[in-house]
Amino acid sequence: MIDRDQVLHVAKLARLELSEAEITNMSGELSAILEHVERIGQLDLEGVEPTSHVVPLENVLRPDEPRPSWPRERTLAEAPDPAGDAYRVPSPQA
Amino acid sequence: MSDWRERYEAVIGLEVHVQLRTRTKMFCGCEPSFGDEPNLHTCPVCLAHPGALPVVNEKAVGFALAIALALGCEIAPRSIFHRKNYFYPDIPKGYQISQYDIPLATAGSLGDVRVHRVHLEEDTAKMIHVGESGRIQASTESLVDFNRAGTPLVEIVTEPDLSGPAEARAWAQLLRETVRQTGASDVSMEEGSLRCDANVSLRPAGSKALGTKTELKNMNSFRFLERGIAAELERQAAVLDAGGQIDQETLHFDPVDGSITSLRSKEYAHDYRYLPEPDLVPLAPTDEMIAAAGASLGELPADRERRYTEHGLTEAAARQLAFDPELAAEVDGILAADPGLEPRLVANWILNDLTAARRQLSKPDATVGPTDHVYLLGALAAKELSHQAARQVLDELVENGGVPAEIVERLGLGGAEDSSELEAIVEQALAENAEAAEKVRAGKAGAVGPIVGAVMKATKGRADGG
Amino acid sequence: MTPDPRQLRSLTVAGGLEELRSGRLDAADWFGAYASAPDDLGAFLWRAETPAGPAGEGELAGAPIAIKDIFCTDGITTTAGSRILEGHRPVFTATAVERLTQAGARVVGKTNMDEFAMGSSNENSAFGPVQNPWDRGRVPGGSSGGSAAAVAGGLAAAALGTDTGGSIRQPASLCGIVGLKPTYGAISRSGMIAFASSLDQCGPLTRDVTDAAILLRAMEGRDPCDSTSVGLGGSVELPARTDLSGLRFGVAADFSASAEGVEPGVAAVFDRSVEAIRELGGEIVDVALPHADHGLSAYYVIAPAEASANLARFDGVRYGLRAEGAADLTEMYERTRAQGFGPEVKRRIMLGTYALSAGYYDAYYGRALRVRTKIADDLARAFEAVDFLVTPTSPTVAFEIGAKAADPLAMYLSDYFTVPMSLAGTPAISIPAGLAEPPGGGPELPVGLQIAAPAFAESRLLDAAFALESALGFAPLEVAA
Ligand SMILES: [Mg+2]
Ligand SMILES: [Zn+2]
Repeated sequence: MIDRDQVLHVAKLARLELSEAEITNMSGELSAILEHVERIGQLDLEGVEPTSHVVPLENVLRPDEPRPSWPRERTLAEAPDPAGDAYRVPSPQA
Repeated sequence: MSDWRERYEAVIGLEVHVQLRTRTKMFCGCEPSFGDEPNLHTCPVCLAHPGALPVVNEKAVGFALAIALALGCEIAPRSIFHRKNYFYPDIPKGYQISQYDIPLATAGSLGDVRVHRVHLEEDTAKMIHVGESGRIQASTESLVDFNRAGTPLVEIVTEPDLSGPAEARAWAQLLRETVRQTGASDVSMEEGSLRCDANVSLRPAGSKALGTKTELKNMNSFRFLERGIAAELERQAAVLDAGGQIDQETLHFDPVDGSITSLRSKEYAHDYRYLPEPDLVPLAPTDEMIAAAGASLGELPADRERRYTEHGLTEAAARQLAFDPELAAEVDGILAADPGLEPRLVANWILNDLTAARRQLSKPDATVGPTDHVYLLGALAAKELSHQAARQVLDELVENGGVPAEIVERLGLGGAEDSSELEAIVEQALAENAEAAEKVRAGKAGAVGPIVGAVMKATKGRADGG
Repeated sequence: MTPDPRQLRSLTVAGGLEELRSGRLDAADWFGAYASAPDDLGAFLWRAETPAGPAGEGELAGAPIAIKDIFCTDGITTTAGSRILEGHRPVFTATAVERLTQAGARVVGKTNMDEFAMGSSNENSAFGPVQNPWDRGRVPGGSSGGSAAAVAGGLAAAALGTDTGGSIRQPASLCGIVGLKPTYGAISRSGMIAFASSLDQCGPLTRDVTDAAILLRAMEGRDPCDSTSVGLGGSVELPARTDLSGLRFGVAADFSASAEGVEPGVAAVFDRSVEAIRELGGEIVDVALPHADHGLSAYYVIAPAEASANLARFDGVRYGLRAEGAADLTEMYERTRAQGFGPEVKRRIMLGTYALSAGYYDAYYGRALRVRTKIADDLARAFEAVDFLVTPTSPTVAFEIGAKAADPLAMYLSDYFTVPMSLAGTPAISIPAGLAEPPGGGPELPVGLQIAAPAFAESRLLDAAFALESALGFAPLEVAA
């Protein structure tokens, strides 16, 4: 079960503003999904190595050779709130 | 309030971030920038555009390995990258690619401080807080410059083995010299290529338990590192003395007024939700990679310091030479040319006389060959030259170069070979200064001045006063 | 003489290229037939009016191909079906798209999709649903729903999709076309907007198996921009096999037509497909996949966990949507993401954030990674005994729009058969195997057969699929006027 307080805590971590209705729905939906997911709790996984990746690769490295950066006018053009040469954001502690 | 040292022991660990001197960033081909116009050194990868993927910079791995080896660490046979999740405008992906449970290297030491781990990660962007004071608390908006974002960093974390502000400063300086010698970084605190955070706590004297620690940030010089830690220790002692508790928090040291403030609310910041970085594959340094990283190291400062101490140098001289590979090379060159010389005298000659000569004559790059030094040091040891005369020759060598024996000849500094000649001079001096001689004979050693002065005048300084 | 556009819109890529080579078809007409066809399925989010350049000389010269809107295209709006990227013009092009266009393919448009590839019905697009061309009241599947509908509905000769847990195979099944999810690492992910990076894999949606091979051949390869790309070493050959003799096909009793939730019509088509394999000389072998049943559980922890990190970059700072009027930074983040993400994306971000958060990591994420190991081991063991595994692709035929929209868990079950191969990183293809009446009655709808193979065995997989495709003789949907 994931209750209202947990929903709010996780939403805060994930930087998501939720409406009252979303909070209520989320609690029920996440609980249902987690209940299904928790069936893996029954498996005996003692000594099983975790698999976070399936590619059989190691040491994929790039030579330290510069290549041109992107034109600023092009990258900054995508910004929702450019300010001169920079990206503007509201103050972290207004 | 009396000194906290009477009641508490300080337990200090350092977390040091070193910017690597690569030509490109950690995960993209942009050139790192220092002081260029904002946002010129960016691309989809370091701006975290959708779909952009990181690729590890080979040179950064090499530099990190060199640092790890210089710190005597064990290299992990297979380390992985993790995502460290948190939201802040200086971290474009919403996570920093760093290393977590399996870092590049562990279990090293430098001097008598154990190194817990050494790992690779990426730097953040720069933020400028716009507002009346330029400080974050008073700003209304901030501007982000991603030029620095993604610059390769090596993070070095020590065990809490440091016991005071001065020790922390001295160790940090040793670390800087060690890293500098690997060539992996410019290690400039002023320019931010070396950054030091300190984990600071106090415990009752004699106790083994660890107290609650605080993390002290933003000490951008060795002096501030020492002062910041000292100030924080004072603060903690006052809290504990008053029966209070230390909060685990991140603190900001203001070097201007010496104040310490809580940096930002860490209410949620502790939950970084680390997960293995699926965009990168494991790092498994090969023997070749490790050998290549080790090849460039040479003798490291801590080893050099130990060697000189064993050779009888004072601690101060040994450390000074440990930190200055070029002066150390001059000392070693002289000792190689004449192994019979006393290392302590050679070190003093280089550290005091040669450096002073270079400084006074404004010839910082003047070179004097080892055999020239051997000649002068030999003449000194044999008392063929007074110290003052040897120094005169050295000055001439620094100023104009030349052959020491010829300089001695030219300046008429030749040794007082015939002791009977000297005896005659002394006899005469005693006779001319009968009053002083009488006092000396009566036990007043301080009265010897006029007699010596006369002798020196007569011998043009060739006689050794000692 | 102008050829019949409906006929041009029915051509396979290989067929069209052959017509071009013989001079019977002009590349401009081929492209024009698609460009002028009305998109009444909602399959596209952007369409090209004219080709971006000359057809050129490459292997795909002149082939009109649609691209899922999850692939970045330099200067062309790319949204991944999300409001948060509305109007975003990428500054670079995905490697997979680059390789196709370098081979001469011409982009006819960017296809609609479930937001950030999260969904199995295409109803999660911020820009409206996509209709299944077989029945306009039904979903095309997802998340590559627009790509599947475009190919099935005669709006592109072939399309590019992505598959994280079934997002190529399931819509291919529901739309009666071929969908191939290659081995993880076969095709570069660079420029593909990430959902779950350790699972995401790009692949073709095509009218037949040969076209899947042609597109795979053009796109596979190691890419220096993707550390996890391996490529297939140029090993992809065009399929030619006509029988299946000497090949062993594994069927896992409890991970097959008899599994819970499999519609009777789907089960019947699967049983007939198994018969067809036998008739072609293939051997059917019982195999055990004891952990496959837990695939969805592992998947619905791992994929959201990675997604929660992958979607953190959508923060209103450097591109995309920014909520207006926020008082401070935190409010800006929270409102931007609240306004920019749809319900399913929020749900998965929440799920993934929860699964990684302090105190829950071991119980959820840690365990899921171990289940992933068990599932990969199951498949590896099975492939010691057989050459291929076969399952239904989807437990159901295309369902009605809205039918599962209120029940996320029911929707997740669409990926039941496709998820294990995603977790193991092994290749799998869905080919149309027959038609079945939907549970509530109505016109018959396509049913796909999933064939899975060991990692990097794409050529063998395509060969077997090709032989079976000819034997099954599925009749594609006729292109509407
Ligand atoms: Mg760090
Ligand atoms: Zn860059």
